[in-house]
Amino acid sequence: MDEMDQLRKEADSIKDQITAARKAGQDTSLQEAVAGITVVGRVQLKTRKTLRGHLAKIYAMHWGTDTTLCVSASQDGKLIVWDSISTNKVNAIPLKSSWVMTCAYAPSGNLVACGGLDNMCSIYNLKGKDGNVKVMRELAAHTGYLSCCRFLSDSEIITSSGDCTCVLWDIETGTQKTVFAGHQGDCMSLAVSPDFKFFISGACDFTAKLWDIREDACRQTFSGHESDINAIGFFPNGNAVITGSDDATCKLYDLRADQELITYQDSSIMCGVTSLAPSLSGRLILAGHDDFNVNIWDTLKAERVGVLAGHDNRVSCIGVSTDGMACCTGSWDSFLKIWN
Amino acid sequence: MAEAPQQQQEVKEEEEEEEQQQEVKEEEEEQQQEMEQQEKEQQEKEQQEEENQEEEQQEEEQQEEEQPDSSEGSEEAKESVPMPKARPLLSMRSMSIVDPEDKSPNMIVYRKIEDIVTRIQDETEGVPIRTVKSFMTKIPSVVTGADIVQWMMKNLAIEDPAEAMHIGSLIAAQGYFFPISDHVLSLKDDGTFYRFQAPYFWPSNCWEPENTDYAIYLCKRTMQNKTRLELADYEAENLARLQRAFARKWEFIYMQAEAQVKIDRKKDKTERKILDSQERAFWDVHRPVSVYGLAEEGTQAQSPIHTPSHLGRKGTKEDVEKEISFLNLQLDRHCMKMSKVADSLMTYTEQYMEYDPFVTATEPSNPWSSDDPSFWDVEASKEPSQQRVRKWGFSLQEALKDHAGQELFLKFLESEFSSENLRFWLAVQDMKRRPQQEVAQRAQEIWTEFLAEGAPSSINLDSHSYERTSHNLKDPGRYSYVDAQDHIYKLMKSDSYARFLRSNLYQDLLMARKKPETEQGRRTSLEKFTRSVGKSLTGKRLTGLMQSS
Repeated sequence: MDEMDQLRKEADSIKDQITAARKAGQDTSLQEAVAGITVVGRVQLKTRKTLRGHLAKIYAMHWGTDTTLCVSASQDGKLIVWDSISTNKVNAIPLKSSWVMTCAYAPSGNLVACGGLDNMCSIYNLKGKDGNVKVMRELAAHTGYLSCCRFLSDSEIITSSGDCTCVLWDIETGTQKTVFAGHQGDCMSLAVSPDFKFFISGACDFTAKLWDIREDACRQTFSGHESDINAIGFFPNGNAVITGSDDATCKLYDLRADQELITYQDSSIMCGVTSLAPSLSGRLILAGHDDFNVNIWDTLKAERVGVLAGHDNRVSCIGVSTDGMACCTGSWDSFLKIWN
Repeated sequence: MAEAPQQQQEVKEEEEEEEQQQEVKEEEEEQQQEMEQQEKEQQEKEQQEEENQEEEQQEEEQQEEEQPDSSEGSEEAKESVPMPKARPLLSMRSMSIVDPEDKSPNMIVYRKIEDIVTRIQDETEGVPIRTVKSFMTKIPSVVTGADIVQWMMKNLAIEDPAEAMHIGSLIAAQGYFFPISDHVLSLKDDGTFYRFQAPYFWPSNCWEPENTDYAIYLCKRTMQNKTRLELADYEAENLARLQRAFARKWEFIYMQAEAQVKIDRKKDKTERKILDSQERAFWDVHRPVSVYGLAEEGTQAQSPIHTPSHLGRKGTKEDVEKEISFLNLQLDRHCMKMSKVADSLMTYTEQYMEYDPFVTATEPSNPWSSDDPSFWDVEASKEPSQQRVRKWGFSLQEALKDHAGQELFLKFLESEFSSENLRFWLAVQDMKRRPQQEVAQRAQEIWTEFLAEGAPSSINLDSHSYERTSHNLKDPGRYSYVDAQDHIYKLMKSDSYARFLRSNLYQDLLMARKKPETEQGRRTSLEKFTRSVGKSLTGKRLTGLMQSS
């Protein structure tokens, strides 16, 4: 079809122009620019607490906002809310489906959500009247597994799914408010910007997309990875995006420069990244890998400044608390560890 | 229940290996059921013969490639054998037949491992692989664990030997090299001898061996009649179980085993040693030691095949047109220069690094390390620390994020009679989080309070935003006020916030020393007061004062 060819040529030429524009913006590389800054030095974190209680692989964890509480989900069919400082279990919620892949804690602390191979996002109310934790809503409309979910408030939640879409739900009515379609591979993870106006998603089509929540539009797409993007996060000031992939590298993309700033890789790291989290200042990135370790990177200099080795199986999830005091890692060895 | 520590170790490793087995099987076909196998006996017979022929030819090719030095012994091996049809020639540089286009996660890892394994065996740049004399025999083609660890530390820029052992153990667990006198696939940093696996047996070749292959292998071992090749307990059990399972075709299996033994006998003794150990390592990966009994056929169930995503899907005309309009938007976007971006990242991290507990030690101590929650007590108290107050000066966003900062800013605005801006902004933030049914009502309330004609807390909005907002309110939703909110926020940021930072209210808090709000402090100031005043008071009033303290 001639028209199709023409259109494709047009698309390709615009892509070339964009690449040229991006190159024009590269008056320096991040490495050159940061040459003079203070070195961070070796970062050594120790395990302070081990949260024991799950009976099977832990697939996800999420910190509450401004608290020592965190929630974790495991394929033993339980969602456990921990008080990480005392290691007590505040709630142990049995799930209908044990194939859970993600969990989230609402900023208010009232709700938790989880989902997985049941294609649904189940919302639980922790502050129910009679003290019991019950299912408040089951958000079902995805045609693929639920890979990640994040609350915007007690009334709205965003989910990413294996059906290649992300959805904004209204929790009260249990309906889909917006469907963000555009990825060409399973969406594996998402992260909400600090101002709650945007969110980013990483997918198996090797790209990350920035979405405007209100306008229901994809604002930017970032490519460069050579394999599925498993983990994604915002830099604390909301202007940059960090991604982690099966190709064993992490990349930093800047939203305003609209391109990749730097890649975090090392020849001795061969296993894919499963999860990542930036420290409070953004100077450090903690990335969990399939080889049971967590690598700590100096964000600006792209040097590895530390390793957390303590799990006996794949590190599946990682999170830094809101006050930046501690980081929590969850693993397939069924334990959660708190480090600082 | 006290288990021998060795068994526990094996359990752990076996679990790990099982785990890794699951990963290895990603791209293989499902195993045929035993019943089906018995039915297809005839076909299999021919297949097996072909495979065995290919196997031995393959192995011979391996020998030629791997040990060019010991070529004297391999004269016999270089029989004229017809080249196998399906298997591609192995190049000298890359010993792998991995399809370089394959992008499934396992293959990516295998490629990386194979790159390392190829380099480590390089004649000039790799580890010393040599024949070691021991007791009455010579051990061919081995390298010590310590050598491997050293090479890795030097060539992979690893500083910690523990890390090199960790990576080495992961590579060993996949079967790329193995200890010659153990079934446990891990790397030790000592004199233990290791041998490299033949590329034919590499996991990236992705052929999952069937139980018939395993049966033939075990049967062959029993025929070889050498003490060092005696079956281990678990192997003997496996063999017994397989004999029961394949009772009807055992004769066929026996024949195959015999044929293999015959061919093996023709090979050079050293080559045989090496091959035997490699084959054994191969089976260690695919049929690992199991404490719970025998490797069930069920556990070899295939994990989901990784299908490449619809990258190859050709879009329709609409798709391409959509893509073009999206790309045009991207082109119109203004790209910030890298230098500016780098600068902003550096400033941000520099500013916040002192607040980052992973980089700077916190004062008082981090509650997780010291089990002392006083840090959080201080945070929660009404008296924010100087450091915290300083943070409010970083940006309006920071000031508003902190509840104490928000309060202080509000107080300041009230003193300037311009608090309606902040109150409006906070009201809209709150409305965004309300349940859907309350939104419309809240929107109306906000309009009445802040925007309507003669509103009690009228905010100063430009005509454009005002029009947009009143239009939005025809169908009130969570985001009806976003334009107005952004406008007010910018106003506060550029105007009031700057003045706030210069105000006495803020500066006092920023510069002030810690006020003595403690019990002692109160007592001291009271004492001072009474001392200065008491002399002039009558006794009664003084007592009254003391009582009320």
